[in-house]
Parts: sequence; structure tokens; C-alpha cells
Amino acid sequence: MTAVDVLIRAKRFPGPAGGERVLYRDFALAVAPFSFVVLLAPSGLGKTTLLNMIAGLDRDYDGRIGFGTAGPPRIAYAFQSPRLLPWRTVEENVALPLGEDAAARAAARAMLEEVGLADQAQAYPERLSLGQQRRVALARAFALAPDLLLMDEPFVSLDEAGAARLRDLLRRLLARRPATVLFVTHDTREAVELGSRIVRLDGPPARIRRDLAVDLDLAARRGAAGEALRGDLLAP
Amino acid sequence: MAEAARDDLPQPAAAPHSLATGGPRRAAGRLAVTLGSLVLLVGLWQVAALIVASPLLPGPMAVLHAFLRASETGTLPRNVAITLGRVAASFAIAMAIGAAIGILLGRSPALDRVFGPWLIVLLNLPALVIIILCYVWFGLTEAAAVTAVSINKIPNVAVTLREGAAALSRDLDEMARVFRFGRGRTLRHVVLPQLAPFFAAAARSGLALTWKIVLVVELLGRSNGVGFELQTAFQLFDVATVLAYALAFTVVVQIIEIGIIQPWERHAGRWRR
Repeated sequence: MTAVDVLIRAKRFPGPAGGERVLYRDFALAVAPFSFVVLLAPSGLGKTTLLNMIAGLDRDYDGRIGFGTAGPPRIAYAFQSPRLLPWRTVEENVALPLGEDAAARAAARAMLEEVGLADQAQAYPERLSLGQQRRVALARAFALAPDLLLMDEPFVSLDEAGAARLRDLLRRLLARRPATVLFVTHDTREAVELGSRIVRLDGPPARIRRDLAVDLDLAARRGAAGEALRGDLLAP
Repeated sequence: MAEAARDDLPQPAAAPHSLATGGPRRAAGRLAVTLGSLVLLVGLWQVAALIVASPLLPGPMAVLHAFLRASETGTLPRNVAITLGRVAASFAIAMAIGAAIGILLGRSPALDRVFGPWLIVLLNLPALVIIILCYVWFGLTEAAAVTAVSINKIPNVAVTLREGAAALSRDLDEMARVFRFGRGRTLRHVVLPQLAPFFAAAARSGLALTWKIVLVVELLGRSNGVGFELQTAFQLFDVATVLAYALAFTVVVQIIEIGIIQPWERHAGRWRR
């Protein structure tokens, strides 16, 4: 039961001319357990920075981020680029977050089976297509059985068919291993198809412009209701 | 030798990639050209020796005889082995200490600002000065000899590895932190593989530099090894023996390069497309 409670009083970023840019000021976001929250915003607003702060990679901010749990949650992160280790095989890449023993390797193989890459387990990542590399990154994230999954435009620069296949895969994986998801994108189609809640940001400094709960089945999301929602999201 | 000029410049990017290119046919073609070039060199040497006709420029056959003579008595293999031992010891020490210093400075710009200039000073200190100082301070001992060679080599390794450590991927570092790799796994699976090309570059230029300096160290303060034998031959004006030792050792170093460094590089680079 991992929630995310974000309260950022101030997050500054060094600007191009030596000055400072304020990315966040008095920004609050509460994410319910097992919700799929899509953060929709144009690039350059600091969405990646927000995920990095939640992941604990960036601690240089004034504020607090809580998870509503006793200990630290298990966090997995699907980055904008797959960030696989090119000198380790696909299987090793998925196994390494779990450990280096036989059990980790077995879990990695099972996970690769699930994402349809069992036959590539011994290949090196650079021999795979970008779509396949993104699958490996998903397998690595889900192999951890994470409480919280952070996703930073994880399907960007794929063609629409490839992105659609990966969205299907993500839905399948989440059905088996439910997790709280924070998904960053600038693509409304992706937002409407995946989110249980869509938060549109603008700025800077970033503030919540729209906050919509989405309670539609997949067919509706892909049909007219989804189109209407997209229009609604883009409305000023 | 051409390597002498290269020693100062780390060139990790160029070295490892060149190995992967070309199929077996092209490799065979390159080998044929190399052999032809060496045969031509020996031929020119023979012609020059015939023209000069002096014991101060012995021909290839005279050098071969000197080589066989020294090999039969066992002095050449024994001295080559002794020198190789010194090369191995100082090479290992220099790689370990130089890599540690280089990685530390590459990771910490503050440390680099403080200690970077020391590296420049050491890098530009003539090998001969370091050798003399080591012998003066620590006596004409084996330890002083190996120390002198190591100190000569350490700044080169450090400068090369500093380059590599400064260029480590932040993306992969963040990945390792999010997925809680911990220190050991991060070092083995994330950091060291990124440094492998820089280790290879340091090892290659290191081997060339180390064995040349070992000969000088032996000439100045040891009573065995190839350097000592060269000095003896020098005093007797026995140029054939000088060349025999030089060629024998060059061949040994080439065998190490082709038999150890290149296969290791290919293994470390097997993931490349």
C-alpha cells in the first residue's frame, strides 16, 4: 500500500545564463495507492526532476516526499532511455537489481518470458531494437515487484504500433503485479489510454492545471469517450 | 620506437575499436603486408651491413649467431626472464596505484584541482632522475629498481584512467542507485566495464614504457637482466649481442601484446555491435 505524498516548497534549477529557474513552488500532489497517475505536461517543465526527487536521486529541494509506509518502498524506474548495461546480457540486466545468485537469474528468465524476450536472454542489449530494449527495461522494473513504479516517457520515439504493443504489455504486467504508478508523458493518447487519473501541469513554476479521474474501460478509452477526454484535457 | 611518442597521450577511444574491424581475409592480408615489410627491413639491413662491412654494424646472420650463442649458454633466456619479472612487478604496481589515483581524481574535481598539478610535475620528471633518486635514497636494491619503474609509469596510468572516470555515465549511475545495486555490484557491473578501454590503453602504452625503463634501471644499478647484459656488450663493443638482446626482448613484448592484451580487449569488447 504505497501512496506518494509530494509537497515541494521550492525546487530551483541552475538556468542557462548562470541564474536560477524555479521549477516548483508550493507544489502538492497526493497519489493514492495502486492508482495510475499520468502527469501530462510539455517538455522542459521539470517532470523528470519530479520523478528524480521521488526516486531519491535528487535531494536538492526544499520540501518533503512521503510514501505512507513504515519503511522505504521498493521503487522501480523506467527511464526515458532504457539505460541498460550494454556490456551485460539481457538476462543479466534484468537479474542484477535482484542479486547475482541463481534465484535472481531464474526470476529474470521468467520475467523475460513474460515480456516475450526469452529467446534474447543471452543477447547484448545493443543488438536489440529500441522496442525490445524498452521491453527489457520494463522486465527489469517489474522483476523487482515494485511498490511504486516511476515511468518517464518510457515509450517515446517508438512508432505508434510499437508504442501500442508496449502499452498493452504494461497493462498486462500491472494486472499481475499491481503497483502505484506515476507515469510522465506529453502524449494525450497515451495518457487517456493508461491513466486512472490524469494530472495536466503547466508553468513554470509547475502547477496543476487539470486533475481528472478516468473511469472508463479500454474500449471507451480508445473510442469516442477517449477522444472527448483528450479534447477536454487540451482545452485551456 | 614509435611508442615513445605515444606514451604521453592517452588515446583510449581509438585503440580498442580498431581491433574489431575486418574479417579473417583482411587480417590475413594485413599479416602478409606486415611480413613483407619486415622482410624488406631485414633486406635493407643486410645490404647496409655488406656496404659498411664492419663489426660495428653486424648483418642479420651475425646477430642470429649471437642470439644462438647466448641462448645455448642459457644467459639470454635467464636474463630475459629476470627482466620480464621486473617488468611484470612494476607494471602491476603502476597499474594498481595509477588506476586508483586516476579514478579518485576523475570522480572528484576538487581533488583533481589540488593534486592534478602533481601529476603534471611527475609526468614531466625525466625517468633518469626518478631512477637516480630511487637508487640514492633506497640503495641499489631490487625494491628500489621496481619502485623507480613504477613511479615513472604511475602518472601515465593515472592520467588515462582519470579521463575515463570523469566520463562515466551519469545515467547508468542513477540507474544503479534507483535499483539499489550497492557499492560492489555498481563497481563490477557499471563502473569497471566503462573503464575497460582506458585500462587497455594504459596497459598497452604502459607495457612499452615499462620495459624500456626497466632496461635503464638494470643498466644503472642491477647485476643481471637484459639491461645489464646490454651494458656488458656495450663495454665490449659487441654490437651483435646488443641487437640480439634487443630483438629477443622486442619479440617477447609483442607476444605479450598479441597473446594477452589483445585477447583480453576482444573479450571485454564482445558486447559491441
